[in-house]
Amino acid sequence: MDNALQILTEDYNAIIATFLMMIGLYIVMSRAHLIKKILGLNLFQNAVFLFYISAGKVGGGTAPILTGEAGAIYSNPLPHVLILTAIVVGVATMGLGLAIVLRIHEAYGTIEEDEIAQADIADDTRDEDRE
Amino acid sequence: MQTLSLLALALPFLGAAAILLLGRLPNPRDIMMIAVSIGTAACVIALLFLYEDGKTHAWTLFALLPNLDVAWHLEPLGLLFAALASALWVITGLYAIGYMRANNEKKQPRFFACFSIAIGSAIGVAFAANLLTLFIFYEILTLSTYPLVSHRETKEAKRGGRYYLAYLLGTSFLFLLPAIIWTWRRAGTLDFVEGGILPGSMGGMEAALLLALYVYGIGKAALMPLHRWLPEAMVAPTPVSALLHAVAVVKAGVFAVLKVGIYIFGAAFLSEKGASEWLIWLACFSILAASLIALTKTNLKARLAYSTVSQLAYVILAMALATPAAMVAGALHMASHALAKVSLFMCAGAIHTASHKDEIPDMAGLGRAMPLTFSAFTLGALSIIGLPPFIGMWSKWRLGEAALSSGQSWGAWAALATLLLSSLLNLLYLLTIPARAFLSGAEKRVAMREAPFLCLLPPCLTALACFAMVFLIEPLGDFLAPLAREPR
Amino acid sequence: MSETLALHAPALVILLPLLTAPLCFLFSRAANGVWATALLVSLLSFLCAAFLLEKTFDGRVLSYHFGGFPPPLGIEYRIDMMSALMLLIVAGASLLGLLFARRSVARELPAARQSAFYVCYLLCASGLLGVAATNDAFNMFVFLEISSLAAYALIALGGDRDRRALSAAYNYLIMGTIGATFFVIGVFFLYAATGTLNMTDLADRLHALPVGSRSLYAAEAFIIVGLALKIALFPLHVWLPNAYAFAPSAATVFLSAAAAKVAIYALVRFLFSVFGLDFAIGGETLNAVILPTAMIGMIIGSFSAIFARHAKRIFAYSSIAQLGYMMLGIGLESREGLEASFVYLFNHALAKSAIFMALGCIAYQQASMKLSDLHGIARDMPWTMAAFTIAALSLIGAPLTGGFIGKWLLMDAALAQGFWLIALVIAAVSLMAVLYVWRVIEAAYLKAPTGRRRGAPRAEAPRREAPFSMLLPLWIAALLSVYFGVDTRLPVGAAEIIADSLEAAGQ
Repeated sequence: MDNALQILTEDYNAIIATFLMMIGLYIVMSRAHLIKKILGLNLFQNAVFLFYISAGKVGGGTAPILTGEAGAIYSNPLPHVLILTAIVVGVATMGLGLAIVLRIHEAYGTIEEDEIAQADIADDTRDEDRE
Repeated sequence: MQTLSLLALALPFLGAAAILLLGRLPNPRDIMMIAVSIGTAACVIALLFLYEDGKTHAWTLFALLPNLDVAWHLEPLGLLFAALASALWVITGLYAIGYMRANNEKKQPRFFACFSIAIGSAIGVAFAANLLTLFIFYEILTLSTYPLVSHRETKEAKRGGRYYLAYLLGTSFLFLLPAIIWTWRRAGTLDFVEGGILPGSMGGMEAALLLALYVYGIGKAALMPLHRWLPEAMVAPTPVSALLHAVAVVKAGVFAVLKVGIYIFGAAFLSEKGASEWLIWLACFSILAASLIALTKTNLKARLAYSTVSQLAYVILAMALATPAAMVAGALHMASHALAKVSLFMCAGAIHTASHKDEIPDMAGLGRAMPLTFSAFTLGALSIIGLPPFIGMWSKWRLGEAALSSGQSWGAWAALATLLLSSLLNLLYLLTIPARAFLSGAEKRVAMREAPFLCLLPPCLTALACFAMVFLIEPLGDFLAPLAREPR
Repeated sequence: MSETLALHAPALVILLPLLTAPLCFLFSRAANGVWATALLVSLLSFLCAAFLLEKTFDGRVLSYHFGGFPPPLGIEYRIDMMSALMLLIVAGASLLGLLFARRSVARELPAARQSAFYVCYLLCASGLLGVAATNDAFNMFVFLEISSLAAYALIALGGDRDRRALSAAYNYLIMGTIGATFFVIGVFFLYAATGTLNMTDLADRLHALPVGSRSLYAAEAFIIVGLALKIALFPLHVWLPNAYAFAPSAATVFLSAAAAKVAIYALVRFLFSVFGLDFAIGGETLNAVILPTAMIGMIIGSFSAIFARHAKRIFAYSSIAQLGYMMLGIGLESREGLEASFVYLFNHALAKSAIFMALGCIAYQQASMKLSDLHGIARDMPWTMAAFTIAALSLIGAPLTGGFIGKWLLMDAALAQGFWLIALVIAAVSLMAVLYVWRVIEAAYLKAPTGRRRGAPRAEAPRREAPFSMLLPLWIAALLSVYFGVDTRLPVGAAEIIADSLEAAGQ
């Protein structure tokens, strides 16, 4: 009990981040609308980023930008750098994903996953008739 | 010696390339094939004479993996097989040319090129110095004979080809390759050595299991119940059936079985551990069952195919008896069966070419129109049955002697009984064919000519050889004597 | 001269394609010009990779510090034998694919998108090269994502020809991004535990930590799952068949030869060099997870390939099975197993790229990849099908081809540990490979062309042979797959060095 309380007060960032991650994953898995899936994916990724930035915070520390003050405590800059890169990757992924969704809409006329799957199955059966 | 053996190995493959290049010109192409076959046979026979017992003739081609070379060596069994394959290539080459032209078969360049590659790989199997090299050429043999089996490209031909590949590749992937690697793990080497490489590294049970893997892994030996590919492959043109399935392919199979028995396990090791006891019974069963099935077949080639299955099991029986004398008997039987069977198949093809008949009941009275063909057939049949003075009798006799002296009581008696019984069955299913051809159906005046010359001469030659080889029994026995030697 | 090159080659091999790609995009829209530049850059990259391989053959490890910052502060590229081999495979596959691509892309893609293809191709190549070269865990993630994003785009570019490429690319994107995110979670756990991202430094610091830390278990698990997705290890393999089947032919050639294999490299690097076998999750657990999934993947991949009727799909499923082979060798966790995996990996890259190039040649001449539309094609395209048959023999594992060497070593590794059942499965799966390969060969050689083609009159012009520029890389790959089955010094020698060094590191 004590342990659980300790985790709740000290590691709440992990709990919240995990929550958000799972919500994101759930959206990816359960929603059939292609754009919603991408949003879920983005949520999943951002939750991970959130976790690590928050993990890098040093108690009483400020943003890791040199201010020239003597004796200033800064949060760990490395996670920030890494996450910046990761955010860029996430943005690129999202952009590419949305571009593909656009093309899918042009080609299939829909962006619901089940309808697309049905169209694909129809294509497949036409393609693989018995010899 | 090295150049000669390298030449013998390389000529068939080079010949195949030349045949493909000369594709459009039938006469130069066929002459090329005959020339290459004569050349190869000459090399091998020269090697046969130059071979000296006691000297090592072994050469490495290259190293495939660390400690695993592709290498070849000359020893009596291999030389016998190579001589058989190359000499019969000349004869069946002539026959094939005659047959293919008479029947207007298409795609002849591919046919003859694959034929050459098949013989080349048979010689490769014969000269292999270790299991790896044997395996490599064994697989090349399978792959190069597949286009020959499905040559006619009809539905049945494709079906036959599928059975062929399925059985042969299946057995070699599932059983032979694991067996080889297992041997490699246990013995540390894959070389063929007198006295075997396995003694001392495994117990009786394991040896029996490994032997089973080998015997069934060498699918070309057509041991029951994995024999089905052989009758299915009869859909091929008869020259293919003749050479490949009576001489090169199935002989490569039993040759490999003998080689494994003599040089990997060692006769002494096998009999000491009793690892091949079970195989004696299985081989006897195979001999009898295949003969019985042959009795029921009315298609001539099918009957001959099951006869081959039965005769191959003789050689496996010889290996299973696991005495040096038995091994020599097996080698002799390999040779005698080759000569006889090739005659029978070529006669079958001649009959097909001249009369378009494949079913035995239809052949009643045909003997009057085709006396030479059926006479050759009779000679071959007598050799297989094992009547004197044909060479078939000598090999069966030696086998019987070996069985008696092997000392394994129940198995030996079973072997003897099987030999006698199967000879009877051979008589029943083989002699009835020329009997019916000559003696019955007098009413049917069949206005037919003999088979074309090129289809007639070869079977007559080989049938006479079954008789003439008797004079070579002594020198052959001496040549093979090293196989019967106890390891030093 | 050689020493200066040795100093900079580790960086050059990646930077050349990486920097050329955007430059191409900015300065040239003519597809041929972009292609030529891409080809030149690939060639230079390949030469650097060959140079690096030669240097590392005698055991040297080359190191490059970006920006002059020494590790573990800066990002380091560290080329040992394993990296060098992967660099060679990727650069070689990229070169072959580009040689093949000019005509293939010109026919399969609309003119407006062709230069974009080459740009994405170069980016994908540089991403994969970067994964192989880098020694920084997060840098590996970045390059992995570069290559993956470029791959998604490459696959989607096939959407003009067949719209299923788009949904395939989308599915791959979703799954691939989840995998990459898992990977980065694992990397972050490692950073949180040790404070460093340099992989050699990580290895040292991890071994100083007490065993049994939950966050390290989690880190290893996340990394394995994330990479397993890229490797298409069962059950995370569903994205692969459609992606390979509907991508542009040149893209499939490159991806099938290089992409999943680099992910295998990354996995081996983490499992053996960073974590070490007995650390964190521990050897026996890994064994119990990787071996079954690899075997199931082999069986399922082969079964699906047997029942598929679309030529490219057959070999896409085949890839799943073959990747299973490679993971099997790793799962055996022995020196022999690792050696077998790397030899198999090398030879498979050659064989698979040849097969997909042959299929690409067929796709160049006709739109349909249905098996029933491939009947009799060997008559019209004899050179293509001959090379296909050679490569197919390597895939089956016929002797005198590279595939045989890989299969032999793998069975040997399994039997060395007494796993006779695994050896049997390996044999059975290669038999299944015979089944699906032979179906294509039979259709091509032994069946008469089907007279009916949708809407076409009966007297249709026969399909012609593929152009020389497509046949050349095809035959190079096919002949190499036979060459390395006979002269095995390069793959086996390299694999032995790799296996030895990994075994030493994993202690």
